[in-house]
Amino acid sequence: MSGSPIARILLLIFFLGLLATPLIVKRYSAKSAAGQSGNEAASLARHGFYLKEVSSEAGINFVHQAPALDPQLNPIMPEVASMGASVSIVDFDRDGWPDIYVTNSAIGSKNCLFRNLGNGTFKEVAGELGIADVNQAGTGVSTGAVWGDYDNDGYEDLFLIKWGRPELYHNDHGHGFTRVSEQAGLPPWINANTAVWFDYDGDGLLDLFVGGYYASDIDLWHLTTTRIMPDSFEYAKNGGRKYLFHNLGNGKFEEVSAKVGINSNRWALAAAVADLRGTGHPDLFVANDYGVSELYFNDGAKFREVGQQTGVGFAPKSGMNAAFGDILNQGRYAVYVSNISEDGILIQGNNLWIPKDGTAGDAIRYENLARDFGVELGGWSFGAQFGDLNNDGTLDLYLVNGYISLDRNRSYWYDFSKVAGGNSTIIGDAKNWPAFEGRSLSGYQTKRVWLNDGAGKFIDVAQSVGVTDTYDGRSVALADLWNRGVLDVVVANQKGPLLLYKNTVTPENEWIEFQLEGVRSNRSAIGAEVTLFFNGQKQVQTVSGGSGFSAQNERRLHFGLGKNPHVEKAVIRWPSGKIQTIESPAVHQLLAIKEPA
Amino acid sequence: MSQQTALPVMTPKATGQRKSLISLDNRYLAPAFITCILLAGHLTFGILESYQKTLLAIVTSIGMELMLGRIFFRKWLHPASAYITGISVGILVRSPAFWPYALCSAISITSKYVLRVKDRHIWNPSNFGISVMLFLAAGTVASLSIQWGNYLWPMLVIWGLGSVIIARLHRFHITGIYVASFIAFAFVRSWMTGSPWLAEVAPITGPMYQLFIFFMITDPKTTVRTKRGQCIVVFLVALLEMVLRLGQVVYAPFYALFIVGPAAMLVEIWLDSRRALSAKVVAAQ
Repeated sequence: MSGSPIARILLLIFFLGLLATPLIVKRYSAKSAAGQSGNEAASLARHGFYLKEVSSEAGINFVHQAPALDPQLNPIMPEVASMGASVSIVDFDRDGWPDIYVTNSAIGSKNCLFRNLGNGTFKEVAGELGIADVNQAGTGVSTGAVWGDYDNDGYEDLFLIKWGRPELYHNDHGHGFTRVSEQAGLPPWINANTAVWFDYDGDGLLDLFVGGYYASDIDLWHLTTTRIMPDSFEYAKNGGRKYLFHNLGNGKFEEVSAKVGINSNRWALAAAVADLRGTGHPDLFVANDYGVSELYFNDGAKFREVGQQTGVGFAPKSGMNAAFGDILNQGRYAVYVSNISEDGILIQGNNLWIPKDGTAGDAIRYENLARDFGVELGGWSFGAQFGDLNNDGTLDLYLVNGYISLDRNRSYWYDFSKVAGGNSTIIGDAKNWPAFEGRSLSGYQTKRVWLNDGAGKFIDVAQSVGVTDTYDGRSVALADLWNRGVLDVVVANQKGPLLLYKNTVTPENEWIEFQLEGVRSNRSAIGAEVTLFFNGQKQVQTVSGGSGFSAQNERRLHFGLGKNPHVEKAVIRWPSGKIQTIESPAVHQLLAIKEPA
Repeated sequence: MSQQTALPVMTPKATGQRKSLISLDNRYLAPAFITCILLAGHLTFGILESYQKTLLAIVTSIGMELMLGRIFFRKWLHPASAYITGISVGILVRSPAFWPYALCSAISITSKYVLRVKDRHIWNPSNFGISVMLFLAAGTVASLSIQWGNYLWPMLVIWGLGSVIIARLHRFHITGIYVASFIAFAFVRSWMTGSPWLAEVAPITGPMYQLFIFFMITDPKTTVRTKRGQCIVVFLVALLEMVLRLGQVVYAPFYALFIVGPAAMLVEIWLDSRRALSAKVVAAQ
């Protein structure tokens, strides 16, 4: 090798510069992070809101219990029994105060329905209403719940997602619940983590999608084989099947998934629905563990899987969340999918799928801009929801995370990565997985509260706004629990306490909320869209029948508006197709709107 | 992975012979093989998060090679070697960001020109680059070997093709010794830790590992010359890997090669210079 001494010295300097680059990038990234641990006043001044954990003051003292599955799985029980904590918001008795339903997952454990007393406290009423003792031996355990008024009687009914016998409970006008699973025609067993209510065919009746995780023929308490694990870490197709229950209107449902084009045995963990193309037909997004996400375009009667075509189903990851949000106030939905990131081992990065400029309708294409927007790395991420936490007029993002928190000083990651890379015959058999032996796997993680600056950047302010817990977060739901015009946060933690973060928002920031009730459309108004035109921009939100991870936000739509807002109009598009426009609605109020006849 | 496996190692024996598709002087063989693996993996499994990242790694690698070759060798070097480096980086590096792909390629190629002893570079370039990235940019880069599906047939295809090519290149003994050692050490680890043996064997069944054993550890430019020495070195790589695995180091094979490979090269260079010195002394007498 030749070259002058000067050239060699320059080469050496260049080489050292290359080696130093990762350290410089790391230092710059750390500097860019938001300030840590602020107090309430400072947080209000700086970020416009502050979250205070008030579960004890509110009379909620719930700790989730994980399932204990077949003893053959004991060596890896922390991993296979790592889900089940969930939260959903419902005003089950129509008293105007959002209530909270949470699932428990040990055999014999009780689910809880916390009735909102309107005075800052809650009362547990699941037992007296008949929806507590739902985890009995032989019936499996709860992993989630979604609420929808399937018979249009004005009261939200409960679909209980389980690893086990799925249950449908009819809400008897807020006075109790009647189990109607058999009459409804539900199958005897589904190992699911996600379900979502939506009216896919626009007949005014809510239908139900259920996404299987483990295959439906597996009874996790009585295994006939230990070959129950995914056959690939990124390409597994040996998970549970999918169900679409078409509401026949007489209290019965018909399973039509194959008939309408939904055929998948991927490991579904989250599903959400929104009309992504403006067709009036809600599209279905499914985030899958151990594989690619799926997006089903709905043509009203048939579904087409277009994940690859649209870009969201290209790179396989560990999808654990699906939530929609119009983060740029452009009247279009972004989709947030959570995945796994562990420094130095696995950097999947979460996905923020944003529609590409100039694409729409069937030709819509998405690009993952999570990194550009700053919402890519959230540890072992689970549930996430969009909501305007500081009422500044842009949607923020709350993410919970942390997989298994056991021994702080010993990690299971090495063994996990060892087996995850192995052949399907090895990875697919639980007996080949090394024992956990009390080790943690991405445990004790700090949460993310990403504040949207409205200009394409999210800043994590969790520590400074009071979110300092490190439980193994699974499910998060947003609701204006005390009718104050702010979004409070409820978090369900695996083997951890239910957390209630009460929000205090700077009073200068205005808001408006919509409570919709369908007439020709399903009465829950699930699928109804409100596009709010304010301050020269527009933000669209849809009433959801389930989103995030094993979660459901309140059905009311909450819009933050910022200071001195000028609201031009609100355009409501009902699932029936009817368009309703409300000119210059007054702010600082909850608008209860019934679908015009 | 190797940058030189298929580079022309022009031997008198090969000169003048009819060029075969599978021969030492076919510098396009290894690039073609690894490209086929990449394309097959991507078309069947979608292994690439984006074409752009892989392309960035390849372009950076070739660009660096051409530039540095021009400066320090005063000629335009054939891009086959750099192409393999780039594509190796594109396969082995996993990152949501773009910059690690470019940086890893740049570090890999530059290391060949900086880290030299007696005019020989002693680190396998992509092994050096990837190890550095995993160590210094852990928050952005990973290389978990799960990107090829976990199914049998891709593994068999790579094993089959890889074995044929490596055998024709007279380097199958390196791969063979490594695999045998790995399996034996898997037994030892299983016995020592109580972990299921199949769990210990699992990594080598992943297609990523096949790329490691066919391309990276067989790199002619960064392995010692004698067959016996190659066998000893690759056994030591497997042995150190076992030690690192007992310490629960996720990227044990990369780090083991990172440490043992250059150490072996240095020993060989030292022995060569001693032999040369002795020869000089004898000649002087």
